[in-house]
Amino acid sequence: MAQVHFSAGLRELTGGAAHVEVGASTVRGLISALDEMFPGIGARLSEASSVAIDGEIFTDAEYESVSDNAEVHFLDIFQGG
Amino acid sequence: MAITEENPGYKWVGTRPVRPDGVEKVTGKARFGADLILPGMLHGKVVRSPHAHARIVSIDTSAAESMEGVKAVITGADFPDLAANGAHPSEIDVANNTIARDKVLYEGHVVAAVAAITREQAEAAAKAVTVTYEVLPHVLTVDEAMADDAPLLHDAMITKGVDPAPEEPSNIASKILHERGDLDQGFGEADSVVEREFTTKPVHQGYIEPHAAVADANTDGRAHIWCSSQGHFQMRAYTATVLGVSPGTLKVTAAEIGGGFGGKTVIYLEPLAVRLSQRAGRPVKLVMDRDEVFRATGPTSGTRIKVKMGVSKDGKITAAEVWMAYEAGAYAGSPVGAAGMTAIACYDIPNFVVEGYDVVCNKPRVAAYRAPGAPMAAFAVESVLDELARNIEMDPIDIRLANAAVEGTQASYGPKFPRIGFVETLEAIKEHPNYTADLGPNQGRGVAAGFWFNAGMMSSATVHINENGTATVVTGSPDIGGSRQSMALMAAEELGIPYESIKPVVADTETVGFNDVTGGSRVTLATGAAVVDACRLIVEDLRGRAAKTWDVEVDQVEWVDGQAQHVDGAQPPLSLNDLAAKSGRTGGPISANASLNSRGVGAGFSTQLCDVEVDPETGVTKVVRYLTAQDAGRAISPDYVEGQMQGGVVQGIGWALNEEYIHDTEGVMENPSFLDYRIPVASDLPMIDCAIVEVPNPAHPYGVRGVGEVGIVPPMAAVGNAIHDAVDVRMTELPMSPIKVLEALNENDG
Repeated sequence: MAQVHFSAGLRELTGGAAHVEVGASTVRGLISALDEMFPGIGARLSEASSVAIDGEIFTDAEYESVSDNAEVHFLDIFQGG
Repeated sequence: MAITEENPGYKWVGTRPVRPDGVEKVTGKARFGADLILPGMLHGKVVRSPHAHARIVSIDTSAAESMEGVKAVITGADFPDLAANGAHPSEIDVANNTIARDKVLYEGHVVAAVAAITREQAEAAAKAVTVTYEVLPHVLTVDEAMADDAPLLHDAMITKGVDPAPEEPSNIASKILHERGDLDQGFGEADSVVEREFTTKPVHQGYIEPHAAVADANTDGRAHIWCSSQGHFQMRAYTATVLGVSPGTLKVTAAEIGGGFGGKTVIYLEPLAVRLSQRAGRPVKLVMDRDEVFRATGPTSGTRIKVKMGVSKDGKITAAEVWMAYEAGAYAGSPVGAAGMTAIACYDIPNFVVEGYDVVCNKPRVAAYRAPGAPMAAFAVESVLDELARNIEMDPIDIRLANAAVEGTQASYGPKFPRIGFVETLEAIKEHPNYTADLGPNQGRGVAAGFWFNAGMMSSATVHINENGTATVVTGSPDIGGSRQSMALMAAEELGIPYESIKPVVADTETVGFNDVTGGSRVTLATGAAVVDACRLIVEDLRGRAAKTWDVEVDQVEWVDGQAQHVDGAQPPLSLNDLAAKSGRTGGPISANASLNSRGVGAGFSTQLCDVEVDPETGVTKVVRYLTAQDAGRAISPDYVEGQMQGGVVQGIGWALNEEYIHDTEGVMENPSFLDYRIPVASDLPMIDCAIVEVPNPAHPYGVRGVGEVGIVPPMAAVGNAIHDAVDVRMTELPMSPIKVLEALNENDG
């Protein structure tokens, strides 16, 4: 099960939960599972988030693999200069 | 000075050869955005709002259209209504910022554009466009914009990130929040607590080359754009969105660029030039004046930031509370999100709350500026940390070492850090002779640190081997910081041929695969990785061709020092020149493409040391000595790495001491020129000493992290801390201009 962590800004969509365990093999599957747990969060995560999987930050991460016990953080998208 | 982990035997990487763009630039042959002249080309001029906030009642273009030489006049009505078409709000904002439709939201907002045979005719016609405005009340700062009774820029703006969602609109586009631990407990454990409030002003990226674009539209709906930008693929995408056309109908050629620093990642002129060209049936050139650059292109945010931090006697930070409001300018999208993620990211803090607000106001829409959002937050946090170190009588480097993020630290924004080099930058400063150099009267020394994520994103590269064994390396990443040299150095290393045998080229959008914008300190990492991949494909191809020539299996062939060698020495080596000259016999031209969505981004850290001298009679602060230590991962091109480090510092010093947008009460910018908006020049500064720290990024073939941004994060705090050390006043407002320093000195005396 992946350990999914939410920033404080996302916890408005998780009923205050800071982290949950989710079984999924890809980020897409993970977002889908989270949307079932917290209806509406899927769109927010897909549109406005980068994903950090075990410390590595991905953009366009939909098909990235998520291993068992992976630590996953959804991050606000930021722009570089 | 460079601190270098053991060099694994590179021949070219890490050397300092002549830059590939040098000759053309010093001989004036390099063509920048404004240099292109096409047959029959018209000159354009933009009509801008004189008001900070107003409703457009009517626009009368008839007089302008009838003037001699005028070939086209356009307004917002000449562009598709993206809101009516159901476009994404961010796309609508881009379109409305390019040319206003119903309301102008800042002084300088575009309302119309004209094209005429001469520039003088275009300027006269622009003055003849009559716009009737209903002037509206405006807000210029976060305080004004966040007030309960503030006039609204956008009637439907409901703050995101607030639970429950507000029922009423406001100028607050969004709220961000990061928190961990127990703040009360953390402050309870502190032996010293400092709480301060800081303000910073909008500052411009200050690139020397103004924005420029030339467009040549065809009657088949296609158009060719030449423009100065940090990403011609992005210019194509944004322009296509605003025009309501397919990106494939537009070809964009990247001009040489005279500075960007994030400010050329967005569009301003390109859609206007295309539409004017379509209307006129001739090519059209648009070039901004300097005052237009200041009045209408993105500065970075003005801010108000409150920081409260506590430390124990042993220097451990027990708690941090950060509140920040960032000006977005006319449309949502300030860098407060990144500010919230970077503000305390250098440190391992058990208890914190970081809260931020993205606030619209009647100023130009902000654009990215080197490590967007991070420098202002660092000014506040690093100033407070300096004060805490003094309170507990601890060395400023030691207090940072006591709290420094290392591999495995849970970053304040979420994930654990991989291998990073923050500690090494701190140690580099402490071990440098500058750290113990003698200080004179009214001189002081300050330390500050900074973090930036760096970025990866998508890149493509093509490598061609020419018939004489030289190579052309083609990418689509505009070179704003020396990337062509870095690409050539990595290609030379991979192919085993001299750097001088490689020609790096930035190609147009129809000639090379997609490349994301040159920003986020990403190009040497991501486009460099694509170049390495393409070169390795070339090497595999060359080994196969040598095997074919020798009639052996490919595993009998090694590629060493630019030549194919038989593993047993059974055949005389074949050089790249030999193989290229006979490529027709072994399969045809030698070429390879590589594209990737980069992985393994390596975070960047910088620690800086500033010595200043403050004149107590005038308040003038002079930087007398400056040292910057930055983890480059691997410095592919040390000359350019140092250039990036020095450039970030110099811009930061300008931000610290001189630069600010000044508006009058009507919201009109009062200093839109380099005479009144003073950036530092060489005579203002000492040599910026560089300590390149190399803690290789394990995820990149050469260990690259990216170096373009983090250097601008610490300078404001480093300068402020040095001023405090010199004259015992804590500066909390930027810029720390002579008058403000003098006021602070007088308050101390009083």
